[in-house]
Amino acid sequence: MGFFERLTGKKSARSAKERLQLVLIHDRTDLTPTALDTLKDDLIAVISRHVEIDPANVRIDLTREGREQRLVADIPLRPTTRRRAN
Amino acid sequence: MTGTVVTITSGKGGVGKTTAVANIAVALASEGQKVVCIDGDIGLRNLDVIMGLENRIVYDIVDVVEGRCRTRQAMIRDKRLPELFLIPAAQTRDKNAVSPSDMVRLCDELRGEVDWILIDSPAGIERGFRNAVAPADRVLIVTNPEMSAVRDADRVIGLLEAEEKPAPSLIINRLNPSMVRRGDMLSVDDVYDLLRIDVIGIVPEDENVIVASNRGTPLALDGKSKAGQAFRNIARRLNGEQVPFIDLESQSLWDRLARLAGRK
Ligand SMILES: Nc1ncnc2c1ncn2[C@@H]1O[C@H](COP(=O)(O)OP(=O)(O)OP(=O)(O)O)[C@@H](O)[C@H]1O
Ligand SMILES: [Mg+2]
Repeated sequence: MGFFERLTGKKSARSAKERLQLVLIHDRTDLTPTALDTLKDDLIAVISRHVEIDPANVRIDLTREGREQRLVADIPLRPTTRRRAN
Repeated sequence: MTGTVVTITSGKGGVGKTTAVANIAVALASEGQKVVCIDGDIGLRNLDVIMGLENRIVYDIVDVVEGRCRTRQAMIRDKRLPELFLIPAAQTRDKNAVSPSDMVRLCDELRGEVDWILIDSPAGIERGFRNAVAPADRVLIVTNPEMSAVRDADRVIGLLEAEEKPAPSLIINRLNPSMVRRGDMLSVDDVYDLLRIDVIGIVPEDENVIVASNRGTPLALDGKSKAGQAFRNIARRLNGEQVPFIDLESQSLWDRLARLAGRK
């Protein structure tokens, strides 16, 4: 076992693949992790104006299908406390 | 005759574009097809030495484009294969001496005369790359199973997609099967999974490539080497044949014996 392998418990080809997966997503979309965080905050602000959400559990992910990138948002809604007027 | 224009490009330098062009050309020509290679790397010409034709150059591509000679006069005939030609790059000019529309015009003229026009693109994504892909009917992207080569290949694929060029195919060159088995090199599946374009060739790391370039005789000419065989398979796939991939990644008999003997 090599030095780095012992350190990380991972073969170097695995690290290469995982690192490339992230690098390629950002190369393809021009979205840096920081930009993604900002986007998330903006999204939370906009959606909160219309419906009550649980901001701590909002998830925004970039996923790939083939060469297509997709922004997937998972936004849990808070159960409404108001009683609906009949 | 309507020749097909195939451009070989890569993004990153030194991954094996020129080697691929020379070998695929030789393979197509030895199957009796008429082939012309164009060295698109103006200022850094190399295809002439890899093909062993450096002593025969009189005119180059810039002479053709600027009207100092007819296209025919700049086509150097190969020493071994009478149906193989090279249009060399100019060595003392820069890439702006040729424009994408010059390349389209030149290739349109050649299409009527040959079956295949193979263009050796320079590395990078600037003018030389633009020139090389402008006339392409097909684009082959060469990469190595390695971080920066894969990343740059992805960038080039993205640029081609944005320009609505035909979908490119991938050549994975310099694969080292024992490093893949050890988990220290990206496998063909890994590279495919990252780039998601059709794989047209897998070429192993092979020291015969350097021996062949020393001699100026592309190794697809001789029967034995694995890399030569891999390049011949690419030529056949370009021709529309279904050719199975050589199994490079599974263990060789020698590896298995060595393991049994407790040496690995
Ligand atoms: N399968 C291989 N096995 C071993 N060596 C190889 C292989 N393919 C290419 N090489 C070597 O790699 C080097 C670069 O190859 P080549 O000149 O074909 O790359 P290139 O992409 O055309 O480079 P450039 O971007 O500078 O034009 C050469 O020394 C060549 O002999
Ligand atoms: Mg080259």
